[in-house]
Amino acid sequence: MDYFFTEEQQMMREVAREIAEKKIRPIAAEYDESGEFPWPVVEAIAEADLFRVFIPEEYGGMDLGTPIMNMCIVTEELSKACGGISLGFAATGLGTMPILVAASDEQKKKWLPRIADGTLAAFGLTEANAGSDASAVATRAVLDGDEWVINGTKQWITNGGEAEIYTVFCVTDPTRGARGVSTIVVEKGTPGFTFGKKENKMGIRASATRELIFQDCRVPKENVLGKPGSGFFNAMKTFDMSRPGVASQALGIAQGALDIAVNYSRERRQFGQPISAFQGMQFMLADMAMKVEAARALVYATARLIDSGVEKKPTMYSAMSKCFASDVAMEVTTNAVQVLGGYGYMKEYPVEKYMRDAKITQIYEGTNQIQRIEIAKGLIASAAKS
Amino acid sequence: MKIAVCIKQVPATTEVKFDPETNTLVREGVDSQINPFDLYALEEAVRTKERLQADGEESSVTVVCMGPPQAQDALREAVALGADETILLSDRAFGGADTWATSYTLGLGLKKIEPDIVFCGMQAIDGDTGQVGPGIATHIDYAQATYVAKIESLDKKKITVKRLVENGYEVCSVKLPIVITVVKEINEPRTPSLRGKMNAKKAQITTWGAADLEAPVEKLGLSGSPTQVAKVFSPPHREGGEKSEGEPDELAEKLFGLLKELEIV
Amino acid sequence: MAIRVSEDKCNGCGLCVKSCPQAAITVDKGHAIIDVDLCSYCGSCVSACRFKAIAIEIEKQAQEDLGQYKGVWVYGEQFRGEIAPVVKELIGVGRQLADDRGCELSVVILGNNLDAAAADLAAYPVDKVLLYEAPELASYDGERYSRVLADIVRSGKPEIMLAGATTQGRSFMSQVAIKAYTGLTADCTGLSIGKDDGLLYQTRPAYGGNVMATILCPYTRPQMATVRHKVFPMSPKRLDGKTAEIVRLDVKPKLMTSRSEILDFIDLCESTVNIVDADIIVSGGRGIGDPANFAMIEELAKALGGAVGASRAAVDAGWIPYCHQVGQTGKTVCPKLYIACGISGAVQHQAGMSSSDIIIAINKDPDAPIFQIANFGFVGDCLEIVPMLTKRIKALRGVAV
Repeated sequence: MDYFFTEEQQMMREVAREIAEKKIRPIAAEYDESGEFPWPVVEAIAEADLFRVFIPEEYGGMDLGTPIMNMCIVTEELSKACGGISLGFAATGLGTMPILVAASDEQKKKWLPRIADGTLAAFGLTEANAGSDASAVATRAVLDGDEWVINGTKQWITNGGEAEIYTVFCVTDPTRGARGVSTIVVEKGTPGFTFGKKENKMGIRASATRELIFQDCRVPKENVLGKPGSGFFNAMKTFDMSRPGVASQALGIAQGALDIAVNYSRERRQFGQPISAFQGMQFMLADMAMKVEAARALVYATARLIDSGVEKKPTMYSAMSKCFASDVAMEVTTNAVQVLGGYGYMKEYPVEKYMRDAKITQIYEGTNQIQRIEIAKGLIASAAKS
Repeated sequence: MKIAVCIKQVPATTEVKFDPETNTLVREGVDSQINPFDLYALEEAVRTKERLQADGEESSVTVVCMGPPQAQDALREAVALGADETILLSDRAFGGADTWATSYTLGLGLKKIEPDIVFCGMQAIDGDTGQVGPGIATHIDYAQATYVAKIESLDKKKITVKRLVENGYEVCSVKLPIVITVVKEINEPRTPSLRGKMNAKKAQITTWGAADLEAPVEKLGLSGSPTQVAKVFSPPHREGGEKSEGEPDELAEKLFGLLKELEIV
Repeated sequence: MAIRVSEDKCNGCGLCVKSCPQAAITVDKGHAIIDVDLCSYCGSCVSACRFKAIAIEIEKQAQEDLGQYKGVWVYGEQFRGEIAPVVKELIGVGRQLADDRGCELSVVILGNNLDAAAADLAAYPVDKVLLYEAPELASYDGERYSRVLADIVRSGKPEIMLAGATTQGRSFMSQVAIKAYTGLTADCTGLSIGKDDGLLYQTRPAYGGNVMATILCPYTRPQMATVRHKVFPMSPKRLDGKTAEIVRLDVKPKLMTSRSEILDFIDLCESTVNIVDADIIVSGGRGIGDPANFAMIEELAKALGGAVGASRAAVDAGWIPYCHQVGQTGKTVCPKLYIACGISGAVQHQAGMSSSDIIIAINKDPDAPIFQIANFGFVGDCLEIVPMLTKRIKALRGVAV
């Protein structure tokens, strides 16, 4: 369906599509198997200027006023070929959001041009005991003269160990609960900042997931984004903007799996005809296609809403797009495996990987149960207002 | 250092198919592409430029293409892939050129540009001749290195390259100016960048005709071509033979029997 | 020059539209119209038209007396004194052409210390071996070789000049042709003398083997062609025990300058590498699954005394070096036997191997396109079948020894 992209957005899609087809698809299975971080692809993404699409022009970017929609377009295209490799890009977007949301002009000048050129970023919020309940973070930052001294451990951080720039959520005032959390930028290589082992995951295996370990890690006072204590607010605002990104990752995975299923159904012959001629198969494919297209419409509409700035609190729509697109991705990839039958279950065929990759999109950046709570909250609040 | 690349616009591979009913070659669409081998030439040119620029030396890449006005698309794509200047050699008088006249015409264009290095793909996928690169070198009296798999070093006066030949690799040092034809092994071409695509849209494409090249018409196009096509026909159609299915050991045994029958073993 | 459609003969059937690789023809009001901006004058439409309605007109004539050019020459490519196998194939077809024209067949060799090579060639059915020896020609140098060959072609005036379509032949014959202002047809797979006009009819594949074109060089001499390996049979030696005259040509020192210098040669001497000269090729593709499994392809190739080929997918995945790649962006081969293991057989791959004498394909996917051109298809996992086959062959050899 034509979603009336701007000319530049069409170019972004073409640029991302060529990388997906030429640089990602041929090596996706290999990286899935090895779990190695796909640096050559990340470099190609950087050389193609794609890290610029969510960064304003004055900081070396090319967001052209629609950063979220751009990020969605690129993430979707890359994810069609591999939902894991696309994360090097998408998780950098997530790690950059707190800077876009809360940083001063000076701070933006310091970090955004580097990210625009392809330096990876990561978002450090989750901890062992602070997952869905983000206000329960325990990583502590204490001001000592001109420096923050950070202690604690972040868990399951995407791009962990590979990124250079980390936006880390730390408790700076334990007496104030959620209002005592601050966002501090920590760069790789800072003494006292190390990484845990790389996690061995079910899916998105080409993305790096590690612990961030802070032991008396000292960073300059001016690395805090916004006012101290605004961290929880920054995180929530980030999620409002980043969830369409996860949604577009899910959307790309779903579309990728659907494409494989449709092609296979035309080639595979049983009982003397292609299986696409069987109505049972047609019904499955039609349902898959309908849901993918509905998810796309919702994701794009949400991204455009956020970019327009007219909705101050797009939380409910962000949650809807993430929740709906990821549920669709799980269903469509599962059915794609079904369409391929025994072949679909084999690792030699690409489609089981899509199913494994899809699962995480229902879990991270807020489980789909949390998303539903957000949606309900938004619903009830708006009903109360009217 | 001035670098030039010669590219050709060819029909997209999947577009040209054999039609057994009419016994002719059928073009299924009108999609065109840059000859795939030329993409390696362009990539090597852009990388060479980038290396030189990183060392503080001035360098630019000019892409030259001979073809119909539609070949502009190929030149725009070249800009998206890192070319700085583009020149289209287009004139009805160029039509029907064989490799002699093609390399002559490209040579005239290149003479106006005076590059230090000219990169070409090793051949085009429609003609498959591989003659145009060496032909250009001869027409403009440049040194040449064909089937280059790697550039080992480059300075202002000479270039050292590794050539892929039948029995191995030949490493040779050649004086500039030079025409280099490259094989696929030399690099992995980049995909277009967003800035490149935006530049491509705005790019000014210079077009030179026969008059701009001050070319004698009798040496151009069909008139200047020593060779002529007498006949075009379809190759004998190859039919698939019997297909065997079964357990792997049965198939291996059957295959072994076949090789014996063919007197291979 | 012009391309014209006869209004009387054209009935607008549209066959020419389909045949045009440049998409330059449209049919309007029952009449074909050719866009001359797009037309490459390839002649496809002329051949396709059943009503002889399209004609390409060329007003051209020879600038000199072509009758002074006589004889067929074969370029005797050598590497370290060893004559390339394709040369003996060229002698076979060259002999036929020379007999048809009633003229002499000569082989030209350039290099240094080539007595043995010249003696080897003299035992074949050629009339003369033209030998040009100089220390500067010891190794191939395109600039020197093309200058020397162009010079001796200019003075010797052969009517036809053939060379192998090797990397060397393809690199420098073009230079010779430019210097001599004559035509060169690359990669010929068919050569014959026209009965009426006495011209050399040179047939070659184009568009990745999807189409064949017959090329003429009517107005200039010599008529030059590079010829593919393995297309023509090797010539047998002379049966009468006589040997050809060896003519040593005068060396002109001024031709020996060059802008290039060979620094090193890296041999890839494993017999499994040179796919172009091989009679048997065992090729692996994506279905091989990983680089380690290429060992079983190599083993089978060794057991059969053949070379190892690969599809683009396998090369791009980094499983095997590029010099093994068969296909449009790799090498074109035509061995006696081509065994494709785990290769789906995309058109681009077929372009490089479809003229093999016999093709055997092993592939798990019964619908793989390779089966459409394979003489013998085996639907199964090559990873299982190939090792069993190799074992069987080795066992046989073991018994035989």
